[in-house]
Formats: sequence, C-alpha cells, structure tokens
Amino acid sequence: MRVEKDELVPCRTADDIVRVRKEVRARTVALGFTLVDQTKLVTAASEIARNTVEHGGGGIVRLQVVNDGVRNGLRLVFEDRGPGIRDIALAMSDRYSTGTGLGLGLSGAKRLSQDFSIDSKPGEGTTVVLGRWK
Amino acid sequence: MEQIPILRIGRCLLVTIQVDMHDRLAMALQDDLTEKIVATRARGVLIDISALEVVDSFIGRTLNNIAAMARVLDAQTVVVGMRPAVAITLVELGLSLSGVKTALDVDKGMALISRLIDGSVASADARREG
Ligand SMILES: Nc1ncnc2c1ncn2[C@@H]1O[C@H](COP(=O)(O)OP(=O)(O)OP(=O)(O)O)[C@@H](O)[C@H]1O
Ligand SMILES: [Mg+2]
Repeated sequence: MRVEKDELVPCRTADDIVRVRKEVRARTVALGFTLVDQTKLVTAASEIARNTVEHGGGGIVRLQVVNDGVRNGLRLVFEDRGPGIRDIALAMSDRYSTGTGLGLGLSGAKRLSQDFSIDSKPGEGTTVVLGRWK
Repeated sequence: MEQIPILRIGRCLLVTIQVDMHDRLAMALQDDLTEKIVATRARGVLIDISALEVVDSFIGRTLNNIAAMARVLDAQTVVVGMRPAVAITLVELGLSLSGVKTALDVDKGMALISRLIDGSVASADARREG
C-alpha cells in the first residue's frame, strides 16, 4: 500500500475535535466518497479524536491518502502517549466506559470504518487506525 | 463568547443549530435551554439540526439530555431536519435518540409540539374532571 499524502493535525483540545472533523470531511470529499461514506468516517474520526483528547491526554492524527494499487482510501492514524488501555477487548465492547460517556466511541468507530486497528500499552499510549476506501 | 441563539415563538423555544458545535458549545446550549424553559415557561422545544453534517455520540447524548431535562420541566422536545446520511450513521454508531421525538421539518415539528402540548393539557383536564 502506497501512502500518497501524509498530513499531521493536532488533537489536544475540544476545538481540535471540530478541526479534525473538518479536515477529514474535506479529504473524503476530495477523494469522491459518497455522502454517507463521508459522514461515517467523519463521525468515527470525531469519536476517536475525542478519546485522544479526553482519555489519551491529547495527541495527533495523521491524515493519509493511500492507494492499494486499485483504489484510493483515507487512513487516519490517531496517536497519544497517555495512560494506554489495559484491557483492549473490554474497552472495545459496547457500553463500556471508564468515564461518563456511553461507551460507544471505540465500538461505534469500528462499525463505521472498513479498516480498524488499535494498539495500546499501559503507560505508553494508544494508537488507533481508521480507514475507508473509495 | 459564542452562543447558539434561542428564539421564543408562543409557547415554544426554537433553536437552529448552524455551526459544527464543539463540546463546550453543546453543553452551554443545554444550560441555556434549561434557564430559558424556566424563565419563559415554555412548553415545547424545537431543535432544527438540518445544518448539522455530523452528529456524533457527544452531540447525540446532548440532544437526549436536553429532552430529558425539558421533560422534567414539563416541556416537549422535537428534533427536526436530521439529514439522511446522519440518521444512517447514528444507527451504525449504535446511538439511539430514544428520548427524542423527531419530525421532518420545522412546520411539522411545530404541529407535533402543539399536539403534544394540547394532548397533555387535555389529559390533565380529564384527570381533574374525572
Ligand atoms: N486514547 C485512549 N487512551 C486511554 N484510554 C482510552 C483511549 N481511548 C479509549 N480509552 C478507554 O476505552 C474506554 C472506551 O472508550 P469509548 O470511546 O468506547 O467510550 P467512552 O469514551 O468512555 O464514551 P463515549 O465515547 O461513548 O463518550 C474509555 O472509557 C477509556 O477507558
Ligand atoms: Mg469515547
């Protein structure tokens, strides 16, 4: 898979969450995603951006335009150096939250993306990757 | 500070969300609406989200909270104008706006609120008489 474009957007404050939504929207439009596909990826990005800010203590997101030889896609790599997640399977389950949320962020973002992966180590941080193809 | 305007029309409060709300703005709207419902004794709250291109779990939860809070203050909440792409996405996200009534547009929303208010007035009258 070739990365054709790689941009970095900060993800530290509530305003950054809005900015991430805007930047992801602009790129899905440029890639020619359908309106529904745009909305799904923007919403998933909003959930993970909020996790990065609230649970991860802030971080960054890489917006990558990728090509697998056949299709273009958008890959979003969220990274923080926060407390990490001890039990990823538990965190991924619907309705599980250590905060005041509904616990839908991780599981919902996974349902809304075609590619999803999460990597986290306690004390080191968390990386979540979302992807959708045209 | 930026604020979402709340308009009063008869027994109703009308909110038209025109910006992509950041989290604090959504919470401020919830607080402002609570105060306004008490101050104006409004019986209905109409929230027009036709300009919203994204409703994530935070905004969805805020809409649910507003409806729950309004109910306690004896006001009915109707959300109008949800875009189809937003509705499809909410289902897949797993968020249900179960506490919120919805209508297609502002006119239909107003009509629904009137029926809901009159309905609750009628049943209160019936209780008094019966
Ligand atoms: N970047 C992160 N760093 C540390 N912990 C995280 C991170 N992202 C998620 N978590 C943990 O995983 C749990 C589940 O996350 P999820 O987004 O599903 O729910 P939530 O954020 O608690 O609520 P919601 O997203 O519905 O408002 C969180 O409560 C938190 O404990
Ligand atoms: Mg979350």
